[in-house]
Amino acid sequence: MKNRYHFGAVLSAIVLLCCGALILGQKVNAAGEGSITGTVKLDGPAPHMKGIDMSKDPYCVKQHANSPAHLETWVVGSGGGVADAVLYLDGWSGDAKTETSVPVFDQKDCMYTPHVLALDTTQEFKVITSDQTAHNIHPLPNPMINVGWNQSQPPGAPPVTKAWKNPEVIPVQCNIHPWMHGWFVVVKGPYAVTDDSGHYTIKNVPPGSYTVKAWHEPDETQTQKVTVAAGGSATADFTFKAK
Amino acid sequence: MHDMSAHAVHHGAPTSFIRKHIFSLDHKVIGKQYYALALVAVIVGMVLSWLMRLHLGFANFAIPGLHLLSKNGAPGDIMTPEYYLQLMTMHGTIMVFFVLTTAPFAAFGNFFLPIQTGAEDMPFPHFNMMSFWVTFTGFVILMASFFVSDGPTLGGWTQYAPLSAVGAVSGPGQGTGVVLWAFSIAFFCVGQLFGSLNFITTTLDMRCKGMSLMRLPLSAWAWFITSIMGLTAFAVLMPAVILLILDHIAGTSFFVASNLVINDSLLPHSGGSTLLWQHLFWFFGHPEVYIAIIPGMGIVSHILITNMRRPMLSHRVLIYSMGALAVLSYMVYGHHMFVSGMNPISSLAFSFPTLIITIPSTIVVLIWLGSLYGSKLRINSASLFALGFISMFISGGISGFFLAQPSIDILLHATYFVVGHFHLVMAVAAIFGIFGGTYFWFPKMTGRMMNESLGQLHFWLTFVGAYCIFMPFHYLGIAGNVRRYQAFVDDYLIPLIPVHKFITVAALATGAVQLIFIYNLIYSRFWGAPAPDNPWQGTSLEWSTATPPPHNNFGDKMPVVYHDPYQYSVEGASSDFIMQTSPEPVHSADEEK
Amino acid sequence: MAKILAVTIIVIAIASAVPIVMHIWPLPQDISLHGHLIDEQYTDTMWEAGISFLASQILLAIFIWKYSKPAPNAGIKRFPGGAAALVIAAFVLVGTEVLALGVFGAKAWGQAYFTPPSADALPVQVQAGQFAFYFRYPGPDGNFGPIHPNLISEANANFYGLDTTNDQDSKDDIVTAEMAIPVNREIHLLMHSKDLGHSFYVPELRVHQDFVPGLDLSIHFTATKIGKYEIVCTQLCGLGHYNMKAYLEVKSQADYDAWLKQQAALQ
Repeated sequence: MKNRYHFGAVLSAIVLLCCGALILGQKVNAAGEGSITGTVKLDGPAPHMKGIDMSKDPYCVKQHANSPAHLETWVVGSGGGVADAVLYLDGWSGDAKTETSVPVFDQKDCMYTPHVLALDTTQEFKVITSDQTAHNIHPLPNPMINVGWNQSQPPGAPPVTKAWKNPEVIPVQCNIHPWMHGWFVVVKGPYAVTDDSGHYTIKNVPPGSYTVKAWHEPDETQTQKVTVAAGGSATADFTFKAK
Repeated sequence: MHDMSAHAVHHGAPTSFIRKHIFSLDHKVIGKQYYALALVAVIVGMVLSWLMRLHLGFANFAIPGLHLLSKNGAPGDIMTPEYYLQLMTMHGTIMVFFVLTTAPFAAFGNFFLPIQTGAEDMPFPHFNMMSFWVTFTGFVILMASFFVSDGPTLGGWTQYAPLSAVGAVSGPGQGTGVVLWAFSIAFFCVGQLFGSLNFITTTLDMRCKGMSLMRLPLSAWAWFITSIMGLTAFAVLMPAVILLILDHIAGTSFFVASNLVINDSLLPHSGGSTLLWQHLFWFFGHPEVYIAIIPGMGIVSHILITNMRRPMLSHRVLIYSMGALAVLSYMVYGHHMFVSGMNPISSLAFSFPTLIITIPSTIVVLIWLGSLYGSKLRINSASLFALGFISMFISGGISGFFLAQPSIDILLHATYFVVGHFHLVMAVAAIFGIFGGTYFWFPKMTGRMMNESLGQLHFWLTFVGAYCIFMPFHYLGIAGNVRRYQAFVDDYLIPLIPVHKFITVAALATGAVQLIFIYNLIYSRFWGAPAPDNPWQGTSLEWSTATPPPHNNFGDKMPVVYHDPYQYSVEGASSDFIMQTSPEPVHSADEEK
Repeated sequence: MAKILAVTIIVIAIASAVPIVMHIWPLPQDISLHGHLIDEQYTDTMWEAGISFLASQILLAIFIWKYSKPAPNAGIKRFPGGAAALVIAAFVLVGTEVLALGVFGAKAWGQAYFTPPSADALPVQVQAGQFAFYFRYPGPDGNFGPIHPNLISEANANFYGLDTTNDQDSKDDIVTAEMAIPVNREIHLLMHSKDLGHSFYVPELRVHQDFVPGLDLSIHFTATKIGKYEIVCTQLCGLGHYNMKAYLEVKSQADYDAWLKQQAALQ
């Protein structure tokens, strides 16, 4: 009996020590971390984005009575900045999981908000619905890489919490409203998504040399090499061409 | 012949618990096992129908604890669209296969066919034992699909391809769920093939001395006809589900055409045929409807004759009609496919045999009615359910006039009219046959009587309740209410929702009434009054042996049969019935030749 | 007890017939040129089925009432004519009944399925997919461009997989999410499925046809009443089956032309 308590005490101590080390280690890292920032732009005029006919579902039509819906393949700001591009570090070999926030993927007005959701591997995210019509959320990963699913969210359904195991660009669709289309971009390590004016900032980048990768749907990528100094900031701008 | 066969199956009474009650070779134990399986299955199926009806009648009704059954299917206890379809598919599969086929055919048939033919047991007792355990395995596999990650299949009990054949991409449960479903059905087919083989050989080879085929009771004839159908119909379904399994796990494309696109990706299949599945399935599926109902017809005839104290107007005409139904049922299957994209000339060609099948059905009903005329009808739980069966069979059968015609099928195909039709004519009628059979034969099967008052109460509430549930389905169908919808979002369907509420309330109430039956079954099994050998003054062989029958059915002395099965109210006889084994001479006046 | 059963059966039979006789839940209105044949066939069948239903239930009830309390020493009575009479009755009465239904029903069916569409019928294409219908009009050139399944992209709103850069015929094709048709003009509907089995059911139009993946089917009809109707799917196609629908707008020729022009501009 005594031995068992003994063993328990030692085990607890080890666990505590490990946790402490982990926390300390993170703090040490954070002190020297820098960031990468920049702008993603589109070369040439913004392509015409086709309107979406939602007449199948009167609820969706009502939601867009004053703001006609259109495709979101290219969302281009006034200065040519491209929204929804994903920036991440190619060949990231740092911590397994750097992002711990739980982003939300909303089904709102029969569209996906955001249109592109970037995620770290195994990072949890929530799928919610703000609509008074049923949606099904149907991501279609390569079955050799990630496990897909297909689940309905009727009005008022509780959020679905999920995570992706491996890096992959995964298209997601609602079959009930086939025009609803979005992307999960799963990467390893820190990432950023451009805002409406094309700006981005990848935070928490430890000092060192990196290849920054910029992705834009459906499958265009560009790379740039940068060096991040301790606590400093590097810049990488990209320019895409609409096909 | 009978002597030799009787020796061939002779096996001593088992002594160990396992060989006596679990892996038993005794057809009577196997019959009871089938009955127990059907009872478990019908309870599951009924609970599923409650959940579905609650969801349909009261959208977004939170069913407490439902999330425990399926986290994804009912988050927050509210059923998702896919979970509704999954429950619907399981309800249909469980009811059609594991209730309507097993109870009237496999359960009662196993117990009573050898006794009614005067056999010691079935000719292949090991096959018989396997028949049950293979079927049981099928049921376990089907139940297991509730617990796989994305739940059971949602494709409906008809499992139309390519929805059933392209895998998980077409919806939750369409991957593992379908494969489990298909394996379950394949096992079920094997079980029924074994069973049918035994039934056929029992009837042909195992009859006791004096038992000519025409001296078999109508129930035995019904099981015999059904077993021939079982042998041919399940032999088609089994390869069909095996091909379906191959489409899933071996990359074949039997049922999937080329160039199909789901979620913007081209499916890796090519060259299969969508309609092939429908042809194979319905070539089984329509005979299956008669596999479910013909035993009911036989059981009901048997019960009615005993309680009318007279034979049917014509023994032979009833047998020929049931045979005609069986043969025709293979020639009418295309009426399920009038608007399926099959050649419209085929639709027309299938419509005529479908209309013609009403003739033998009408003959059966008219013989029943004509035999009621001038009879000495006794009212008890069994005869009430038999009469209820006739009423249900008429109500459900007559809507077949509409569905037999391709032009009207344009209006009614895939609407609740069809749901009402097959529930009345196949499901409710067959279940009334099962109830009737239970009240009638329970004393022989267990040695105890069932409670008569509870039985009659059960009948009244079920009879009225079943009409309240299934008659309004027809009205919904006429108004164009499509079936297999988990909610009614179409503008023209919204006014019909109050009817759905009514049906839901009726279904919950009628379902609750079945607790009376289950209570009666369990109570009577242990504490019922001891049953005499021949409580209903019947004539067929099951009433001439002890209650419950000994291991080899007839004890030391094999029966010898002297008469046609139903010698009731024979003029000049010493009592109002003469047993088949009684050597008392009969100057047959009533027997139709 | 038997008498209560007899009364119950009669009450149920009559109560079942009341909603039909009173037309509480009638057939949807008929807006098609061919529909009256189907409706007449339906009405004839309802008469025959209704009479058979009531007659047999009432007969059942009467016999239960009458023969359940026999005198203790009464013998059984034989139905006049015996089984032979009943068999003959079934063959003659039901036989003629179903033969008549079959033959006349064939006419209604033939009207819908055995007549070719007229030469000036307006071709419209419909594609079914999980869980929406999309429609295609050939545009001014009158030709539908070829479909490339590998180009189908709901993400880019290319629902038909058209190659508008290379295929001349595709350039003016008009793809829409609702179906508009001119009133009193025959429509030749060309049907195909993108993925699974679906169905095209417009109750008011008396049109009901399954989509068969891998098979191109066509039906034709004429709508005779302006209005907005629903096209619904009746073939179980997955979780969104109940929500698979589109609107059918029957418009005057002028309104239709305007609508088509407006849709063409949106392509």
